[in-house]
Amino acid sequence: MKHFLFIILIFAYINTKSQIIVSGMITDNKNKPLYGVSIVLKNTYDGATTDSLGKYSFTTTEKGEQLLQATISGYNAIVQKIIIGSSPLNQNLSLKEQITELRAVVISAGSFAASDKVKGAVLSSLDVVTTPSANGDLTSAFKTLPGTQQVGESEGLFVRGGTATETKIFMDGNVVNNFFYTSTPGIATRGRFNPFLFKGTVFSTGGYSALYGQALSAALILESKDLPERTEADLSLSVVGVGGGIQHLSKDKKSSWGVSVNYTNLWLAFNVIKQKQDFFQLPLVNQGDFNFRFKTKNGGFVKYYGYVSSNKTGFRAADIDSINLKDAFSIKNLNTYQNISWKDGIGNGWKINTGISFSTNKDDISNETQDAENKKFTSSDPIYAYKNFTLANRARYAQARAVFEKKLIGLNAVRFGAEYFYSSEKSTYTLNDGTSITQKVDDHIVAAFAETDIYVTNNLAAKIGTRLEHSAIINKFNIAPRVSLAYKVGQNAQASIAYGIFYQNPERKYLPGLAGLDYSRASHYIAQYIKQTMGYTFRVEAFYKKYNNLYKTDTSFKGQEIAANNNGYGDAKGIELFWRDKQTIKDVDYWFSYSYLNTKRNFLNYPTAIQPSFAATHTASFVFKRFVLPLKIQFNLSYNFATGRPYYRIAKNAQGKYAITDEGKTINYNSMSFSVNYLPKIGRKDAKSFIVWVLGVTNVLGQNQVYTYNYNYNGTRKEAVTPPSKRFVFIGCFLSFGIDRTQDAINNNL
Amino acid sequence: MKKLFLTTIVLFITVALFAQSEKYTAAMKKNLQGLDSGMRNPASLLTLANNFERIATVEKTLWLPYYYAALAQINYAFMQQDKDKMDGIADKATALINSADSLSPKNSEISCLKSMVASCHLMVNPQQRWQEYGAESASNIQAAMQQDTSNPRPYFLTGQGLKYTPEQFGGGCKPAKAQLQIALDKYATFKPASDINPTWGKEYTQKLMADCQ
Repeated sequence: MKHFLFIILIFAYINTKSQIIVSGMITDNKNKPLYGVSIVLKNTYDGATTDSLGKYSFTTTEKGEQLLQATISGYNAIVQKIIIGSSPLNQNLSLKEQITELRAVVISAGSFAASDKVKGAVLSSLDVVTTPSANGDLTSAFKTLPGTQQVGESEGLFVRGGTATETKIFMDGNVVNNFFYTSTPGIATRGRFNPFLFKGTVFSTGGYSALYGQALSAALILESKDLPERTEADLSLSVVGVGGGIQHLSKDKKSSWGVSVNYTNLWLAFNVIKQKQDFFQLPLVNQGDFNFRFKTKNGGFVKYYGYVSSNKTGFRAADIDSINLKDAFSIKNLNTYQNISWKDGIGNGWKINTGISFSTNKDDISNETQDAENKKFTSSDPIYAYKNFTLANRARYAQARAVFEKKLIGLNAVRFGAEYFYSSEKSTYTLNDGTSITQKVDDHIVAAFAETDIYVTNNLAAKIGTRLEHSAIINKFNIAPRVSLAYKVGQNAQASIAYGIFYQNPERKYLPGLAGLDYSRASHYIAQYIKQTMGYTFRVEAFYKKYNNLYKTDTSFKGQEIAANNNGYGDAKGIELFWRDKQTIKDVDYWFSYSYLNTKRNFLNYPTAIQPSFAATHTASFVFKRFVLPLKIQFNLSYNFATGRPYYRIAKNAQGKYAITDEGKTINYNSMSFSVNYLPKIGRKDAKSFIVWVLGVTNVLGQNQVYTYNYNYNGTRKEAVTPPSKRFVFIGCFLSFGIDRTQDAINNNL
Repeated sequence: MKKLFLTTIVLFITVALFAQSEKYTAAMKKNLQGLDSGMRNPASLLTLANNFERIATVEKTLWLPYYYAALAQINYAFMQQDKDKMDGIADKATALINSADSLSPKNSEISCLKSMVASCHLMVNPQQRWQEYGAESASNIQAAMQQDTSNPRPYFLTGQGLKYTPEQFGGGCKPAKAQLQIALDKYATFKPASDINPTWGKEYTQKLMADCQ
């Protein structure tokens, strides 16, 4: 009996050695054969990989009931029970495609993602500093993208027929007030923040997410960096000032802190490059910032950023209302900004993204008319009287915000949250005769929002959101729905459409206004086609934007222009093209943008719907960058073009109604800028320091540029508003210690 | 009789175990041969990667199958013409590397793979990824060198990287040769722990060296 068992066992063992062929075909749910699918007979070595026809075949000595598994990334794995007998087995399987970030369409209508990581990146921080026309200014670099205007007389992004105030800037979710240095007449100021603070940017020229509000036209959404790559110290020396900073990364790479200080003084630059204005106080900026960031247990981040800066400037410019008088304008500004944010996973697929920001701004502005000897000139003539004034602005802003996100199956997600925004702005306007007007405007904006990402398939996705907002000034609720759809139309190509309603409060300077004001409203309709690979991006977008309830202004009994009613309206439509190519020419990266804009609006004191003075019909930009390896030099060139913009003199006529008394069109805007970066220590891995030399020249060709025209009090004279100097030349040297910055600085070319 | 029965049982278990380990070694060797000959053929790399992964999922305690599965995936990634596909394959390799790493921590050979995966991500977009992946690749090579000073592969990888880096960036044949020479010296004396442990890279080092002459 025992011997018998022994024999049986031996037979059983030998029997398993007979081989059976298992074969079949693997397809996707559209019956297309799948290549590279891994076929596994579970718990054995046996299996195969499908060929280009989706076919597989392997032999096995296993017997009986077995599990056959088919896996390939991007598809749901399948496990099929099979019974292996004594004859060849054929088993076909069909796999269902997963919805994954890698394959799925990206909801992108209206927006440019710019990041150092994301595939859809259009502008990285390195692109910002190497775009010559931008001079290292974050928002100026965005002026080389379609949808924006080449406005040079004032700061900000003028998007698709909207004013600069219709574009809001957000840092880690919270709105940044005073993103730019306080305006000065006729000279655009720069943004306050260093482009290298941010790891990612989404520039939405329309149809942006319900998570953001109070911007009729556009949202620039900045996300600060998580942790620096390593510890380093930086020093910069240039014709405009000096600066230095330290970024310290902890040994365990879980936390970091950084501090930097900058001193800007345009003494040297303005002595060499003659400015149109006569500066009695050279622009001077003291700026410092501090940050800390740490990684939480669950891989989230807590980030703090604090900024303080003081600056002053003062200049004289010819007074337009007289032959020999000058206007002396000066400003002293103190600005602080603090933002702390916490982003984390809180279990069960839930994520929290929350932040608090606090900022203050203090402006002391003074203006006086001066005679030929630069002595104060006073007159009771109302033409001059109102030009001798001081203006003290004091503002405080605070914001708190929380967004919860729940990831559902696939890429589907729901997001909802709320925010509270507090602003308190006080201004005291004092005329030479002692008349003083103090105004205080406080606002409390409360908003709640919800949004969902729905991925029907990898090829079709939708984002549906809505925002509910209440501002104390308006004292009404508004509901703003937003919808966008994206559909994949081929490899690397997709088409998207978006629709949304956007609300905004009146601009601070027109407040307090008359009672009964409502929100201004814009409706966006956007259609986009984009084809993008690692090497190139082609994008075309068409839009229609309808404005309702725009503010009309009137003169108050105190002589101020204030928001009077919501009878304004307007629209904007256009087509935009963008092409960027990093692959066709070796070591060359270039992009081209074109925008066509057709817009009219009736707002502020416009008597009727007209093309606004900040909107050009055709705008184009070309940026070209080439690194020449043997010379260790990168050459950058940019050319910006815009057709002439209209300008108007609007004044009250005899009937007390606003009317256009004169109008015209500026010459076309042309500007070519050039910059060279020289990296002498490039590749020297042993070098203790790294140096980048920068030479930048704006408007190399010295082309005449006229932004707009100013009129004197009775419209008998007009004067072109032009840049303060024809060209600007920047020479600087950036040193960093402790790391090799080589690759970070050039490497378009590796 | 009872004794015979027990002996038989013990014999069977031993045979089974021996057979299993024989089977493992044989399967590994067969696929390693394939890896030697199929290193430049994407289709065979993918097949080999899957073969090794199947072995890995059965031999749950052994790091080598995961290691080779990852190595084949990495080489498959490097052979992609379409850069958009590289990240996904590199992520797959990373998952395999993590399994190998948990079975054999601080392994010089596995650190080499980590460095290669980082280089793979880097290649997709060198301009924007240098800071992150360049540093990651370099630090893993450093680790590999320290974890096993006799391992020639970190020097081979460093040399290979330098050879394809422009001279102006501190690359080129001159610095590459120095590293490749160290690699060759180490290949000459390198003794793998078993006949299925990693030995690859010598011929390619010689080829790179010859190219630089």
